[in-house]
Amino acid sequence: MDAFTVLTGVVAPLDRANVDTDQVIPKQFLKSIHRSGFGPNLFDAWRYLDHGEPGMNHAARPRNPDFVLNQPRYEKAAILLARRNFGCGSSREHAPWALLDYGFRCVIAPSFADIFFNNCFKNGLLPVVLSESEVDALFYDCASFPGFQLTVDLDQQSVRTANGSKVLHFEVDPFRKYCLLNGLDEIGLTLRQTDKIRAFEARRREQFPWYFR
Amino acid sequence: MGQTLYDKLWNAHLVHEEPDGTALLYIDRHLIHEVTSPQAYEGLKLAGRKPWRSDSVVATADHNTPTTDWELGIDGIRDVTSRLQVETLDANIKHYGARAYFPFLDKRQGIVHVIGPEQGATLPGMTVVCGDSHTSTHGAFGCLAHGIGTSEVEHVLATQCLVAKKMKNMRVTVDGPLPRGVVGKDVVLAIIGKIGTAGGTGCAIEFAGSTIRALSMEGRMTVCNMAIEAGARAGMVAVDDTTIAYVKGRALSPSGPQWDQAVVYWRTLVSDPDAKFDREVSLDARSILPQVTWGTSPEMVVAVDGTVPDPDKEKDAARREGMERALQYMALTPRTPITDIRLDKVFIGSCTNSRIEDLRHAAAVVKGRKVASSIRSAMVVPGSGLVKAQAEKEGLDRIFRDAGFEWREPGCSMCLAMNADRLEPGERCAATSNRNFEGRQGDGGRTHLVSPAMAAAAAVAGHFVDIRNWR
Repeated sequence: MDAFTVLTGVVAPLDRANVDTDQVIPKQFLKSIHRSGFGPNLFDAWRYLDHGEPGMNHAARPRNPDFVLNQPRYEKAAILLARRNFGCGSSREHAPWALLDYGFRCVIAPSFADIFFNNCFKNGLLPVVLSESEVDALFYDCASFPGFQLTVDLDQQSVRTANGSKVLHFEVDPFRKYCLLNGLDEIGLTLRQTDKIRAFEARRREQFPWYFR
Repeated sequence: MGQTLYDKLWNAHLVHEEPDGTALLYIDRHLIHEVTSPQAYEGLKLAGRKPWRSDSVVATADHNTPTTDWELGIDGIRDVTSRLQVETLDANIKHYGARAYFPFLDKRQGIVHVIGPEQGATLPGMTVVCGDSHTSTHGAFGCLAHGIGTSEVEHVLATQCLVAKKMKNMRVTVDGPLPRGVVGKDVVLAIIGKIGTAGGTGCAIEFAGSTIRALSMEGRMTVCNMAIEAGARAGMVAVDDTTIAYVKGRALSPSGPQWDQAVVYWRTLVSDPDAKFDREVSLDARSILPQVTWGTSPEMVVAVDGTVPDPDKEKDAARREGMERALQYMALTPRTPITDIRLDKVFIGSCTNSRIEDLRHAAAVVKGRKVASSIRSAMVVPGSGLVKAQAEKEGLDRIFRDAGFEWREPGCSMCLAMNADRLEPGERCAATSNRNFEGRQGDGGRTHLVSPAMAAAAAVAGHFVDIRNWR
């Protein structure tokens, strides 16, 4: 996993609540057996005017000019600004994979669905929770200032504007922060507890043998 | 202070806990399907790791598998990418092993959340995970069961543990008798309508109360299945006689002295009377009517005797905008009576409602009747090969076929339309599945979530009808 330390990037606003992972990456693209290559199909049904299928030349497909990511000012966006309950629905990790593959490294929203939130941390994509009013104000900034950028500093747990006019604080779980700052392999960390796991397992097998049949 | 059921399950699986509450939780049962596992096995291979305990794995192919043309074998999967995914699962299970594997074409194959309980692979007191959000289904057995991402699938394969933080305790209590024709599906849709799709975020929900206790295991599975649609990763129901009677005698259930020992333990899997919940919600079952979703989120739901809501009456601007967008997508006009909504297709299936009782409910409604001529297609997709066989033994397939339904092979099918079963743009469907998201059942498709009996009645009438009045 790539480490996440400080990110400065253009912010793209996605102004709708309850964006589900079926929208983030539609089901026809889940047939891949790889982790990469999902970027061209991020928000596929909203982004293109035709129906997308794996294997198409997506660069040649007709774009929906009204969709935010198709607007030139958001072309190089690295931060997605979203509304409440972002990432609800399916557990597909293809959703954070698609966001990352597209070029996003951070999603800011007032709230996230649990499984999506969890999946982000496993992949070096930082989900940042800010208050409804803070998010509202950022939507306003995005609309008002073409090329609006933010700097997200994980160590400082801050989101700030380029000129420092606004500095917002966010909370993050200390363990997740540590893993993300250092790009750590969580499996490797867990395997340091191998003796404990073995001991637990042996006790459980003894006490509840029917779970090991 | 007393413990909740969730507290007990959590404590019983706690391997290690850091001072900040980050914990390692031991996983008893790991369910695997073809869509969310290939990258996990690849990760394992790249890191040179082996599965910690492959006999915890129960696997099947369900999302991509076709519901027709099984006589063609693997060639029946015409989409080459789907086929590769199914073949990749075969190869991975062959290489890494599993306690049980029900591959495509096996007579016990089916939707992973149907076959787990059916095989006794889901037992009370277990932790059950799967790379699928509807893993909450298994909580019906007094399990801690929830969906995980693919990185976590790999983590569980490699370590038999999950890195977790304790969720909050939430209890949803439903008391009283349900009106005629009202079932578990209506109960859970009514709950989601009340608390919203983020109402249970960060929580494990225990469903309790006399109504829940009176539900069969299949009804409880339907309720827990959709806990995730209320935002809760895990839903659960305390163990009682109904639970134990269901589990007894299944292929992977214990027997003999071990059975007796297990039952003694399982009986403790209830919340203590003095247990404290962080959140409590209650509903009166008598007020729950048959439910129909009208929008593109499961919380957009009304009773069948209601009308499509009017966004102008919504004060919150963001919600109003969401409603307007949903109505536009669904091509519905505010204040339209729900029973005036006409359907193009009907889908009876999915991990929510494809078990034998669901099929019995639906068959009882269509028996001796015909699917309306305006319905382009009505299909029944049993949850597993064993459900299908049981239904055929009871003659339910004949009832459906005689009425004009298609009787299909088992799988996830048109719940998420990863296989060939899907809605065409603009088609409107009464579905017994769990998600009415935009495009979920096919690009531009319009989904209304209902119970099996409501879907069956809609197929016959061509529009929604109040199942309470069905004679």
